[in-house]
Amino acid sequence: MSTDARAFCRDEAQAIATYNFAYLDEQSKRMIRRAILKGIAVPGYQVPFASREMPMPYGWGTGGVQVTASIIGPDDTLKVIDQGADDTTNAISIRKFFARTTGVATTTATTDASIIQTRHRIPETPLTEGQVLVYQVPIPEPLRFLEPRETETRTMHALAEYGVMHVKLYEDIARHGHIATTYAYPVKVEGRYVMDPSPTPKFDNPKMDQCPALQLFGAGREMRIYAIPPWTQVVSLDFEDHPFEVQAFDRPCALCGADDVFLDEVIMDDQGTRMFVCSDTDHCNSRQTAGHAGEQDT
Amino acid sequence: MYVAVKGGETAIDNAHRLLADRRRGDRGVADLGLDQIMQQLSLAVDRVMSEGALYDRELAALAIKQARGDMIEAIFLARAYRTTLPRFGYTRPVDTADMQVERRISACFKDLPGGQLLGPTFDYTHRLLDPGLAAGQAPETPAVRAPEQAGMMRVSDFLDQEGLLEPAPEEAAKPVPDDIARTPMIYPLDRDARLQALARGDEGFLLSMAYSTQRGYARSHPFAGEIRIGEVALELDVPELDFPAPLGRIQVTECQMVNQFQGSAKAPPQFTRGYGLVFGQAERKAMAMSLVDRSLRATELGEDLVAPAQDEEFVIAHADNVQATGFVEHLKLPHYVDFQSELDLVRRLRAETGAGDEAAQEDSE
Repeated sequence: MSTDARAFCRDEAQAIATYNFAYLDEQSKRMIRRAILKGIAVPGYQVPFASREMPMPYGWGTGGVQVTASIIGPDDTLKVIDQGADDTTNAISIRKFFARTTGVATTTATTDASIIQTRHRIPETPLTEGQVLVYQVPIPEPLRFLEPRETETRTMHALAEYGVMHVKLYEDIARHGHIATTYAYPVKVEGRYVMDPSPTPKFDNPKMDQCPALQLFGAGREMRIYAIPPWTQVVSLDFEDHPFEVQAFDRPCALCGADDVFLDEVIMDDQGTRMFVCSDTDHCNSRQTAGHAGEQDT
Repeated sequence: MYVAVKGGETAIDNAHRLLADRRRGDRGVADLGLDQIMQQLSLAVDRVMSEGALYDRELAALAIKQARGDMIEAIFLARAYRTTLPRFGYTRPVDTADMQVERRISACFKDLPGGQLLGPTFDYTHRLLDPGLAAGQAPETPAVRAPEQAGMMRVSDFLDQEGLLEPAPEEAAKPVPDDIARTPMIYPLDRDARLQALARGDEGFLLSMAYSTQRGYARSHPFAGEIRIGEVALELDVPELDFPAPLGRIQVTECQMVNQFQGSAKAPPQFTRGYGLVFGQAERKAMAMSLVDRSLRATELGEDLVAPAQDEEFVIAHADNVQATGFVEHLKLPHYVDFQSELDLVRRLRAETGAGDEAAQEDSE
């Protein structure tokens, strides 16, 4: 335990409450690590785990926080993003939580991080071996909105009975001419389990396939953990005549000029003038530092 | 010139400083002590202890103060603390027949051994605001009775003797009970796990679910067999000792609902049980819990499943207010990325159906 973390335990919470390194007690961490190992052994399978109450609300990343708390050690470097950005309020809050309870180094640079906790995005900078990407997952069950009952969906997964999902995608095509799912787009992992990639935009789905980093998914409220080991096949569901495709933006980032990234739309004035900028703030900043510029700077 | 939003960290720190200031309020007014909350807002403390699943009056009082009286926030604080505590073991089942009773009533019998004891109840008070209380008038000294020497037999035990009430459902012999705080809930639940989930479930949610059964959505013809409030002893078996180690006493509210039952293919006509047990003095919650427990036994008793209150996945998965408030309120968090994806899709769909053109035309007209 680092000096900072010990200070946290001693000074700030003396009288009636004390907390362990990374908040969770060691038994809970061990239980969660077991679930993670099982998840890695069965890629894409949702492992039930005894989710703990965390000091931030359910739905605000408690699953991801528990996964991170269970794997983090004093030598790790942590990055936390929400919507791709390091400076969104909840990302700041979670980063501060770990800085306070573990004293580990934090960073905003994707390349410097050993653990990256994310909500709704996968960084644009390709991940490397040895890194762990921890996703915060609200609803882990990809079949949930087709079948609300846990007892039913469990059987459907056991039998690999995924017809309803294909029917849903087919109905989209029949009604709209294309698949109308833009985020939380279902994938099949290593040819077996259909998995919810968490509400990342489908733009990010291809990054999950054959990724050198370990990908862990934590759903606290729903009490599920699942995983994609490094170098695992992840295929977005589609049809031969309607192949999967990602969103394309018809303009580059206005700040760094990148044209192969996911963009946020920012409203500039009361007249509704729009501007499109990178959702991944670290990627955008590094490009600007490297001398790239978008239309705003030209 | 657009500059990406920064300074979230300072904003959060400022917001929390402001929160602390608002919590304290006017510095000219005396600061609220935990002892005052424990003594004078004791039912709030009880609710935080039961739904926070942590029997500690002082921590519950601190949670209430810290949460500015927001009960779900206080429950959340208690829950987030208790989850970090190690589990030492499981006490023996508490014997509520041996309760040091403060209140005990039965709606089934006019009189019974031990009598009807009203205790400190709001029942039969006229709900008239009391100016005397506002003026800080001291209360009269209450009448007290001598504590019972022995326990007080439960109404369910009287009914049991005649065989009219179903026997208490036999639980499969488990070395330790299910523990919903330590193991993931997998549906269908055993009754011990279900009762745990109900015991820490949201009072308002259980109240509404229970109410729905009274209005015809899976009616269970209930009678309040007995409600009792008082202190029970906790005992822990310790391997090194050849007697159970006493841990102290806690206050609980127990409700045994007795429900008429016509019989089904699975069970003969008899009275059936619904059970509620809650930390502290929490009569409304215990009664609601016992009604919901009974309605959730529909499958076990072979009743038709016709209403939400009989649906275990529906009731249990949505009864926890810490989970519910977190997920409802998480909609406050940024969703720019998903919204951007949806914006793109809706624009595309509108372009394809020509809706965008029509709207543009109307605008220009």
